[in-house]
Amino acid sequence: MLKFIVRRLLWLPILLFMVSAFTFFIGTYGPGDPVQVMLGARYDPDTADRLRMSLGLDRPVIIQYVDYMTSAMQGDFGESLRYRGRGVMSLLAPKMLVSLQVNLVAMSVSIIIGLPLGFWLAHKQGTWIDPFVVSLTLMIMSIPIMLSIPLALWGLCLKADLVPCSGWGGVFDSRILIPAITMGLPGVAGLARLMRSSTLEVLGQDFVRTAYAKGLTRIQVDYRHVLRNSIIPIITVLSLSLAGMLTTGFITERLLGIPGVGDFAIQSIFNRDYPVIMAFTIVLATVFVFANLLADIAYMLIDPRIRVT
Amino acid sequence: MPDYYGKSHIYRSIGRLLQKKVALVCICLIVLIYTFGVLAPFVSSYEYNEQDYTSIREAPSLRHIAGTDLKGRDVFTRVLWGIQNTVIITFITMATGGLLVGVSLGLLAGYFGGRIDAFIMRIGEVFASFPDILLVILLAATLRTRIIKSIYWIEDHTFIEGIVKSGAADYLVISLALISFSWIGMARLVRGQVLFLKENQYIDSAKATGASTLRILFVHLLPNALGPILVTVSMGMGSLIGTEIILSWLGLGIQPPRPSLGNMLLEAGSISALRVVPWMLIAPGIVAWALVLSWNLLGDSLNDIFNPKTK
Repeated sequence: MLKFIVRRLLWLPILLFMVSAFTFFIGTYGPGDPVQVMLGARYDPDTADRLRMSLGLDRPVIIQYVDYMTSAMQGDFGESLRYRGRGVMSLLAPKMLVSLQVNLVAMSVSIIIGLPLGFWLAHKQGTWIDPFVVSLTLMIMSIPIMLSIPLALWGLCLKADLVPCSGWGGVFDSRILIPAITMGLPGVAGLARLMRSSTLEVLGQDFVRTAYAKGLTRIQVDYRHVLRNSIIPIITVLSLSLAGMLTTGFITERLLGIPGVGDFAIQSIFNRDYPVIMAFTIVLATVFVFANLLADIAYMLIDPRIRVT
Repeated sequence: MPDYYGKSHIYRSIGRLLQKKVALVCICLIVLIYTFGVLAPFVSSYEYNEQDYTSIREAPSLRHIAGTDLKGRDVFTRVLWGIQNTVIITFITMATGGLLVGVSLGLLAGYFGGRIDAFIMRIGEVFASFPDILLVILLAATLRTRIIKSIYWIEDHTFIEGIVKSGAADYLVISLALISFSWIGMARLVRGQVLFLKENQYIDSAKATGASTLRILFVHLLPNALGPILVTVSMGMGSLIGTEIILSWLGLGIQPPRPSLGNMLLEAGSISALRVVPWMLIAPGIVAWALVLSWNLLGDSLNDIFNPKTK
């Protein structure tokens, strides 16, 4: 197991190098000119040249990249081109915190409702409830978020007047309601489906029959034998969605006026603010790779039979 | 139960698929929506950019069954044209990225193993470690101006004209951006299938009778992996359509005045529009939902048929 972890950790820098290089070159070869964006209406060729020189943008791309990565590895991700004088990380960190909160709320909703629902559904196989609810979960998962948020806004904000239409006030504010519903419900559906199929697989195993045969009650079998095994595949999905959720929320963030990192990253792409895009991509890719690794390790700890090669 | 004795695996699977009511409904719905989209100019009596200033923001009526938008254009017509764009883009992407690139890379990686396998899968891993939607947006945003510039160059230097105007350039940009991530899942799946299948004895006997590598790959391995591939294609179409709608919602997809579902959802989804004309959301919303849903449900039914174990 140690060998496996070490090998994965050695692969990590190579992966991050490729991701960062790819993003950097796309960023520099992209359309428009960051200098033009920065100067806006005050643009004139002389100023632009001077600014470009002072930012080091007139040097060859390779040198710019090496330079960037050297300081990035020391924890300095540079300055935003759009918001002058602001370090990229000081811009990103508070927004990441907001996105994390929104997503954790949505994820809690999905776990609290989704897991028991899926477990229950697995026991209802063969009745009319099962196919009905399974189709229903797919319906919920397929609603585009650009449709569900306006619908929720129309119902909860315009018609029922329950919550303000936009803004952010933390986890305990009433405005969390709409993102919790629109992001949480697809999660509920997804987790319920996953939990159902994983539980069904366990229910078909011999050891479950043995457990019943030795006279355990259904509750005992469920909690001692079935639940523990059926929850294993859920771990990977949860850890990966934790990593991916910083970007998935950008539509929610924009429509509801939440100052999150997803919307900010998209804005930065349009603003040609590539120090921000670079830092964001590198951070996310790192989180993603580590989440992957942790999921694999958790797998091995829970079920010693699993040997990842 | 009809008698499938002696028929091929695929034939039996199709038979079982047609017995599923959900799958049938989905297929009908997909065919219906796609036909309406492709035949948009014949279905509707309006043009997609025809403005009628005497009927602006009209609620649905017999004349305009989905109402009119802020510029007096018929919403139903625009939805049809939006479907057409979505259909063309997602088909191009699935055919090239998912099937051509994904399947062939998966076959190569699985069959030859070793360095080739490691190389292909590592590249896949790099693309997969990108926050996926961010990669698509980054590509779409940076590719657009480059590609449009080079197409203008082609138009200037040859007799071909009107490529940019026809929207073909938009199709190219979005498809390229979507392909970047759409091949990975398929390649991984096909690779896994091939790894499993190639250990079977019938492959050994095929080799022993002198079958060429190409024959083994395409005649013996690929057909046996067809079931899972179909499931992935169907599920993949759902998510591709979703991503395409996100791109056009962000303004990176089909450019106005050509209509797109994403752009219509954007226009109808703002608070100010919801306050005054909430029904503008209905037509594009339902169509987008129905498209994604029917592909997902179809994929689900296919999964039940091809992997009976997980049912």
